[in-house]
Amino acid sequence: MNDDLLFFTEVTLAGLGSGALLALTALAFVLIYKATRVINLAVSEILMLGGYLFFTFAASLSLPWWGALPLAILGGGAVGAIVERGLIRPMLGESAISVFMVTVGLGSVLVGLVEAFWGTDPKSLPNFIANTPVFFGEAYVSRKILVAFIAATVVIGIFLILFRFWRGGVALRATASDQAAAYSCGINVPGVFSIAWIIGCATAAGAGVLLGAIGGISPVMGVFGLSALVVVIVGGLDSLLGALVGGLALGVIQAWVSSFLGGEYVSPITFGILILTLVIRPYGLFGTHEIERL
Amino acid sequence: MKVRFATLVAAAIATGMPAFAQELFFPSMVYRTGPFAASGIPLADGYADYFTMLNERDGGIGGVKIKLTECETSYNTEKGVECYEGFKGQKPLLIQPNSTGIAYQLIPKVEADGLTMLTPGLGRTSVKNGAVFRNTFNFPSNYWDGASIIIKHLLAENGDDLKGKKITLLYHNSAYGKEPIRTLEELSKKHGFEFNTLPVDSPGQEQKSQWLQIRRDRPDFVIMWGWGVMNSAAIQEAANVRYPMENIYGSWWSGSENDVRPAGDGANGYKSLNMHGANGDYPIFADVAKYVKDAGKAAGAGDQIGSIMYLRGVYEGALAHLAVLKAQADNNTKEVTPAMMRDALEGMEVTEEIMAGLGLPNFAPPFKATCENHGGDGYALIQQWDAKAGKWSAITDWIQSDLEVIDPLVKADSEAYAKEAGITPKC
Repeated sequence: MNDDLLFFTEVTLAGLGSGALLALTALAFVLIYKATRVINLAVSEILMLGGYLFFTFAASLSLPWWGALPLAILGGGAVGAIVERGLIRPMLGESAISVFMVTVGLGSVLVGLVEAFWGTDPKSLPNFIANTPVFFGEAYVSRKILVAFIAATVVIGIFLILFRFWRGGVALRATASDQAAAYSCGINVPGVFSIAWIIGCATAAGAGVLLGAIGGISPVMGVFGLSALVVVIVGGLDSLLGALVGGLALGVIQAWVSSFLGGEYVSPITFGILILTLVIRPYGLFGTHEIERL
Repeated sequence: MKVRFATLVAAAIATGMPAFAQELFFPSMVYRTGPFAASGIPLADGYADYFTMLNERDGGIGGVKIKLTECETSYNTEKGVECYEGFKGQKPLLIQPNSTGIAYQLIPKVEADGLTMLTPGLGRTSVKNGAVFRNTFNFPSNYWDGASIIIKHLLAENGDDLKGKKITLLYHNSAYGKEPIRTLEELSKKHGFEFNTLPVDSPGQEQKSQWLQIRRDRPDFVIMWGWGVMNSAAIQEAANVRYPMENIYGSWWSGSENDVRPAGDGANGYKSLNMHGANGDYPIFADVAKYVKDAGKAAGAGDQIGSIMYLRGVYEGALAHLAVLKAQADNNTKEVTPAMMRDALEGMEVTEEIMAGLGLPNFAPPFKATCENHGGDGYALIQQWDAKAGKWSAITDWIQSDLEVIDPLVKADSEAYAKEAGITPKC
């Protein structure tokens, strides 16, 4: 393999790794939106919180990673349950923008709480993924990125299967399609809302652990969620497949842009794609057409 | 009622008013929140604790108490300008914006308002030309000095020859990050090294592509002009791609404990510039402990004392302290005005004896400011991180920048500014 092709392959593989994490984070947005029609901007900060919870369990309480990881994910889910029950459900019937602003405020509150409890210094998570690189032929891939890619892909695959065949997944899809009809079929719609928030926030917390394993944790790591928001708008706010395809595509595009055009073009091109999608196909590549624009 | 009011006014005039008038007012533009708070908190603590120590130990400066008021900028330029507009009416003695973006905005304002600004190691480099920038100072060193000092160090380490070597600048894609590019381009022409740049978008968590490029191109040295989380992410990525840590040189804003600790042992050997010492055991800290920390008057939790960014805050405080002392002596008065501060800074000479007298021996480079030279003599040192010991150590003495290259660049940039702003240089 010549040097240029090798480099292109390495950049693409790194992009797929980042893209899988973007897809996983985007999934958290989609799960909540699909069931409740709420765009939860605080997903980014719950992702950050997941990283900090893992840090607390694994570093401060010295639990093994396989104990700390489920606890961090459960912690994220618990936050989702509390937020849904305490903040979102009382807002039922309010305008979409009001609920959206609650999630914006929640994000800031979470950043403040993290800074108050854990401080502002960047931290590293205990090294639960080895640093030794992996080679596909001659192409280098960071082991952490590879592990993140595999974990994210497996989780998304499980979600796709669950939503197709699991009773709860069917209930969520039914609620997303028509809440009144779901009620009349005996589906516990408020329960579905809670489950969507719990699973969505737990997914975000898990993504936070994977992201933190690669680049460390800090109160600003929620910025990553902004790119995930681009993914869901491009992929479709209510589409699991859109989150997967959009995440991988955006990860690869960002990696290519950064490597071949320069890091300064990443934001303009990422948000350029967002604007273009909204203009041409406001409901996203895989989204449902009747979605209201905010 | 009238009698009581008159009595109160008389009492205020007799007691309160003179004391208020004699306070030395310093605003402190801090970023205790926001994306760069990890650096901003110790910086703000160091500055505040230094003044608290002076108030408690010496009764202020020259017997006049210091009034320090913090204004939170979150490292946001608009908020920084709002802070400035809010306190400028109180005639602050010295403004230290602690942000390159804010400094750029305040340069014309301080000139117009007759106030004085100090930007040590940050802000617009060419304010060194005091004939153009009458009210702004940036000693002891500036960004261009820093870039040149790294190259001088590399020359010394490589038999005075960098021909054919590859040097890559990994920089924060902002006004700050772009500052050293011009200097490094000039230096690459002079010394024959190949120079490349790699920008990283703010905040800089995502750098995989940049480090894959570095892995492919294998530059001999990487210079990093990073800030905030970009620094720790870069060091972590460098460790991931097995780039030799001792071949990475950060700016003085890429050389604090927060930047290296997240990478653990992987950060061992990483080097950076510093414009002051890295040792947290200076004699001054006995007084900081006695009058500030143990007295329960520390600005923060007291856990940052001795860290690199805390030391930088102390250094900023010490420079302000020396300027007030000089202004008081030069004008034979204890009540100092911003104009007196400006004149004092312009004639300031800081020697090793003076710094040792403050309890900071071997802490900062000596320098002398003049009307033409508001930036000092361009000295800094290189420090290296020892991951096992968990501390920075200076590995060089003070190194002076290549003024043959820097001075013409400063002249060209400041004269272009003067032309744009319609300023007639004068000294």
